[in-house]
Amino acid sequence: MKKTKPDTVDSPTYEALYARMQAIVARLEAGQLPLDEALALYEEGVAVATACQRLLDQAELRIQELSPGSGTRSSMWEE
Amino acid sequence: MQILTVSQLNIYLRELLDADEIVRDVWIEGEVSNFVRASSGHCYFTLKEGEAQIKSACWRSSVARIPSMPGNGDAVLAHGRVAFYEAGGQIQLYVDMIRPAGIGLLYARFEELKARLDAEGLFDLSRKRELPPLPTRIGIVTSPTGAALQDMLKVLRRRYPLAEIMLSACQVQGAGAAETVVEALYALYERNVDVIIVARGGGSAEDLWTFNEEIVARAAFASPVPLISGVGHETDTTIIDYVADLRAPTPSAAAELVAPDIAELSGAIGLLREYLDTAIARQIADARSGLDGLQQRLTQQSPAIRLGRDRQALDDLMRRASAQLGHGIDLRRARLAGAGAQLAALNPLATLGRGYAVVRRAAGQIVTDPTQVEAGEALVVTVAGGEFGVQTTDKS
Repeated sequence: MKKTKPDTVDSPTYEALYARMQAIVARLEAGQLPLDEALALYEEGVAVATACQRLLDQAELRIQELSPGSGTRSSMWEE
Repeated sequence: MQILTVSQLNIYLRELLDADEIVRDVWIEGEVSNFVRASSGHCYFTLKEGEAQIKSACWRSSVARIPSMPGNGDAVLAHGRVAFYEAGGQIQLYVDMIRPAGIGLLYARFEELKARLDAEGLFDLSRKRELPPLPTRIGIVTSPTGAALQDMLKVLRRRYPLAEIMLSACQVQGAGAAETVVEALYALYERNVDVIIVARGGGSAEDLWTFNEEIVARAAFASPVPLISGVGHETDTTIIDYVADLRAPTPSAAAELVAPDIAELSGAIGLLREYLDTAIARQIADARSGLDGLQQRLTQQSPAIRLGRDRQALDDLMRRASAQLGHGIDLRRARLAGAGAQLAALNPLATLGRGYAVVRRAAGQIVTDPTQVEAGEALVVTVAGGEFGVQTTDKS
């Protein structure tokens, strides 16, 4: 089985997920949605909340060092 | 060409100097000589630099405010105004502040730069930006080997490990350090960072001087994203602190200010989850009550109920019709009764009751004239009580 590591570049940022979560709750709270849309939103909200929580649980500080002139080089600044 | 008296000339020179912007408020760097403290408390000395010199006076009131008066041979930085002393026919420096050169010079440059950048608007509160609440990438400009970096990483790891740190290394002291800070800042401006921390641990005023340099201030001012400074200790204030969107007292404090607390974030998500549940529960309840309402309206429209309603309408109609009909019958019955009474009044039998008789021939023809009957003809007489036969005797 191929184990896919979450791609840090493509996966949404916590900020984006959090903003999405706020938007979902706001839309649901406003009401006026067809039930199937509301349910779909709810499901998405649950998934986003879970994703947020997972990001928080699994977060590990990533550190990149910029070297002047020659772009980015990754470095192990963790002690 | 004019001819002036000496006093006219001196007044002219005095006014000329007094009107000058530069000499009115100036720091002069030089070496003290001929220092004299008069019994009045005023001090007089000469400031020298090579062959150049200027007479200087420092009034008692100013002397009282100067922490330590210099002695002959001391290199100083003196602040005051240059004016023409008419009685002596000399230009003098009236000193109100003296600092030792070196740190004094730095201080003067600091004040001068601060005033100039302030006037230029680099410190305007109106351009201070809010820090992003949830930064994804945090840029850090500091020394890669300093304790400040480790302090900040410790805070960030604890509070907000979600962040990606972009470390842009620089020298934080010594010759050329300011240029490396500027380079490090501009390197970050090209990256997609959400906020920048410029930090340096504590040190002497000279150590922190890099962050008082004009090029550093201008580079910080150019930041496209909010910039927070954390230079030195609580008590140190550098020019970059004034330019930054937010000033933190120390590097650790800067990291604290930039990073939201992960525990609070977790709480916020939990709260949003609750709102989500509440919102969907209400939506479903609304949908259900809406459905119930519709169902009720639908039931109202079912054929059975409709038939019942129609039947009732029919009954009503019938009742109204029969009432109408009954009324007609009564009317006719009444009319009939009237007609019966009328008829009774005309009944010939009633006349017989009063003693009259009806005479008929055998064939039933009623006799109303004597010529209708033959002599000896048998006739039938009807009276009220009944009939009897008679025979005519004679024709008269």
